[in-house]
This record gives sequence, C-alpha cells and structure tokens, in this order.
Amino acid sequence: MEVIEFLSYEFIQRALIAGSFIALACSLLGVQLVLRRLSLIGDGLSHVTFGGVALGLVFGVYPIYIAIPFVIICSLGILQLIDRAKIYGDAAIGIVSSIGIAIGILLASLAGGFNIDLFSFLFGNILAISKTEVIISIALSAVVLGAILIYYYEIFSITFDEEFAKASGINTKRINSIIVVLTAVTVVLTMKVVGIMLTSALLILPAVSAFQIAKGFKNSLLISSVIAMLSVISGIFLSFVLNLPTGACIVVINFLCLCMIFLFKKISQK
Amino acid sequence: MSAEIIIANDVTVRYNSIDVLSNLSFTIKAGDYIGLVGPNGSGKSTLIRTILGFLKPLKGDIYVFGENSTELTNWDKIGYLPQKMSFFNPNFPSNVEEIVALGLLSKKNFPKKINRQDREAIDKALELLNIYDIRKKLIGDLSRGQQQRVLVARTIVNEPELLILDEPTTALDPEMREHFFAMMEEFNSLKGATIILVTHDIGSIGRYAFKLMYLDKRIIFYGTFDEFCKSEKMTTYFSASSQHIICHKHD
Repeated sequence: MEVIEFLSYEFIQRALIAGSFIALACSLLGVQLVLRRLSLIGDGLSHVTFGGVALGLVFGVYPIYIAIPFVIICSLGILQLIDRAKIYGDAAIGIVSSIGIAIGILLASLAGGFNIDLFSFLFGNILAISKTEVIISIALSAVVLGAILIYYYEIFSITFDEEFAKASGINTKRINSIIVVLTAVTVVLTMKVVGIMLTSALLILPAVSAFQIAKGFKNSLLISSVIAMLSVISGIFLSFVLNLPTGACIVVINFLCLCMIFLFKKISQK
Repeated sequence: MSAEIIIANDVTVRYNSIDVLSNLSFTIKAGDYIGLVGPNGSGKSTLIRTILGFLKPLKGDIYVFGENSTELTNWDKIGYLPQKMSFFNPNFPSNVEEIVALGLLSKKNFPKKINRQDREAIDKALELLNIYDIRKKLIGDLSRGQQQRVLVARTIVNEPELLILDEPTTALDPEMREHFFAMMEEFNSLKGATIILVTHDIGSIGRYAFKLMYLDKRIIFYGTFDEFCKSEKMTTYFSASSQHIICHKHD
C-alpha cells in the first residue's frame, strides 16, 4: 500500500492528528511522572476512567464528558490522600484506582453487563475517532502543552527537588495539583488511542526511552515527544496495514524503541 | 549596628505529640555566620524548616526579614540547601547548567523565564564553585562532591542575603570540607551574606563561624567558639575530655 493512499483516508488523517497531539501531551507529562516515581498514577487514573466511562454509558451521556470531571476529582483525591491522610503515593493510587474499577463493574452490571462500547474504551480504537473527538483531543492537548510551557520552570524545579522549590517561593501544592489535573485529562484522552488497559504505557515508555540518551531536562522532554509521536504514527500505520489492534501496535513499537535505544546506548558505551 | 534578620520568640515545635524544639528564643543579625550544631535528632533541621515556614510552631513566632515565617514572601533574599542529597534523584536527566538556573526562580515573576543576564549569573556561580567545565554534564555522571558543589551553586546563584545550608559538607572529603567552610566565610565577608550552616563538625565550623548555636531540642549554647571552649556548661554537657578534643581541633 502506498503512503499517499494510506494518508488519503479521512479516518486515518483524524487518527494521526488526534494521536499525535495526545502522544505529545502524554510524553511531556510522562517525564515528570516517571522522575517523581509516580508512573503508576497513569495506570490508576485509567482505572478510574473505567468508572467514569461506565457512568456515562449508564446515564446515556457521551463517556468522555463524564470521565474527564470524574477523573479530575479522583486525581485530586489521590493528592489529598497523600497530603492530608499521610498515605504513601502508591497506596493512595491503589485505593482510588480500585474504587474506580469497582464503580465501573457495579455500573456495568447494573446496566445489564458489558457491551461493545465499554470494550472499545478498554482497548482503544483511534481509527474510529470522530471529528468532535479530534477537536476535543486537540483542544485539551493544547491546554496541557500550554500549561507545561507556562509552568516549565516551576514543574522542573519541583520534579528535581520539591523542598528547594518550596524555598524558591513556588507554590508546590498548586503546581502538583496542576500536574495531576493535566494527567487526569491526558489519561482520559489517551483512552481513545490505546485504551484504558494500555494508557500508562504511553506515559511511561517514551519518557524512560528518552532518559537513556537525554543530555538535559529540556532535551529529555524533546526526545520523549519525538518517540511518542513517531510510535503513535507508525503504530496506526502498522495496525492498518496488518489489520492488528492499533493500541497494542503503538505500545509494542514504543517498547521496541526502548529496546533499540538501550542497545544503542550499551554499544556506544563500549 | 546590624539589623536583626531572624528573631525567634519562645518557639516550640511539636511533631507526633513530641516537642522536638522547646522554648527557643534567639536573634541572628545581618552578616552573621552561624554554625548550627548538635547531636542527631537534636532538632537542627526542624529549626531550619521552621525558619523557612515549612513547619508551623506550636507556640511562639519566628520573624525572617520582618515577616512571620509562616507567611514568608521574601524568598528572593533566601538561599536554601536542603539536607538530604537523596532529595533528588541522582540519575535525573538534567545537566549542571539547568540545575543551577533553578536557583534564580525565586527572583522571577510569573511566567518564569531565564534570560541572557541570568546566563551570566549562572556562569559566575559555576566559576566560583569551579564547575564551569562540567556545566553540560548530567548530574548523575558527577561525583558526590561535584554534585554537592552544583547544589551549592544553585543556592548562591541569586546572591541571597540569607544562606541556610543544612549539612552541606556530608558528601565532601575533609579537604573539600575545609575548602567549603572557607568559601562560605569568603561569601560572608565579601557579599555580606548571613549564613546559617548546619554541621556535625564543631571543630571545623568553629574556625570559620562567628557564633555556634548548640541545639539539643533547646538551645544549650549560643556564642563564639572561644566562649564555647571555655564554657563550664559545655564542659558539664560534654565532659572535659570531649570538650578538649573538639576545641583542640580548633587550635
């Protein structure tokens, strides 16, 4: 199949545009989350998304509209549990994510069991992304990117050394809240690309790959973005050509990127 | 007469129902170089964190540059080096230059940006700490001593009026430690910066600091090193032989 033909399909164009924006947001946030050992917050929030989606499906509201505020509230809940209840981060994520899943299962059961819609959210289906979803994805990704650009130095300082950041007059609580809210929005958007089950991969893998070769913080953000976007684009292409699930293709390509970079690093060190 | 930069009035700090600091009252004047010493768990870091407003006293107040420590806004006048090197991830993908730049954020308004003038300040701090040649290296690729110098450069890059250094010499070898204390003395005398330096090395800091504050949940001693060595109270506290060893190092 020729690339021109591949690109001529409108649904492919939509998938590539939305996927690239979401990948960019994921990669930039992933760098902060991995460095702060909060990698699994993506996984936890994606489980919460399951609850939000189920809620939307039960009440007949478009799931993303319910999932975004629901996941934002839960993400702030995780912060409160860590801050006020003095619960370890991983335990707080575990508590909130399991409640999210439980709510999802209960609602799905009350609604008469799983249906095809819920399944598409679990495993993603970016090739079926609608025009409205593309617009929502671009708009929200732009908000995420804008916030990261505006608060770049504050986020960098907190990620490196939160105690010092506080003594620089940075409102660490506010910035932490901004990061988790942005993560919540991004996780909901990522659900459409790789599905709830694989969301954390898109947050973690590009960042970890970038850390292998980055020469600075800004550099790691740049490399992570390039890897995430290339893996989404090539994953969409591969899944279309080989008729395979897109989300799984994207994640496998991301993992192969990490393996190749790791090998390259080892060889170049010899 | 120098202005008082820090005033503590009968400060008590409680943590998990235990008083970790009791009834502390003291003043620190502009240009002072204070060695904050004491055994492990004596409350040195707690005092530092209370001065910076990270902890709220149960009783009493601390004023820093005339502001209550719990409502500090004068962050641009303060340079702080936190205690634990482990506060940061040694494999953090950031180079020396980027990390030192973080020290300038307290002077910046929203949205915070680093400009050309800032680059000059960063270069100056790098040269002062003798780490200019490694400015493009990743923090994780440096020795513990070099990493510590990077963090010190980050602390002094904005030329703060008050420097608070919590055990800055733990990762340094004895030679580097002496060099560090001397460098702080120079920073104190040339720039007029007020310094509070937490350390276990009473003998070495005694040679450079104007005053020692010996803490053990309360202030046991606050005065010059000579007074410390002659203090009968400290002889009783340490035993004559221990006090002699500490002060002999000074001689």
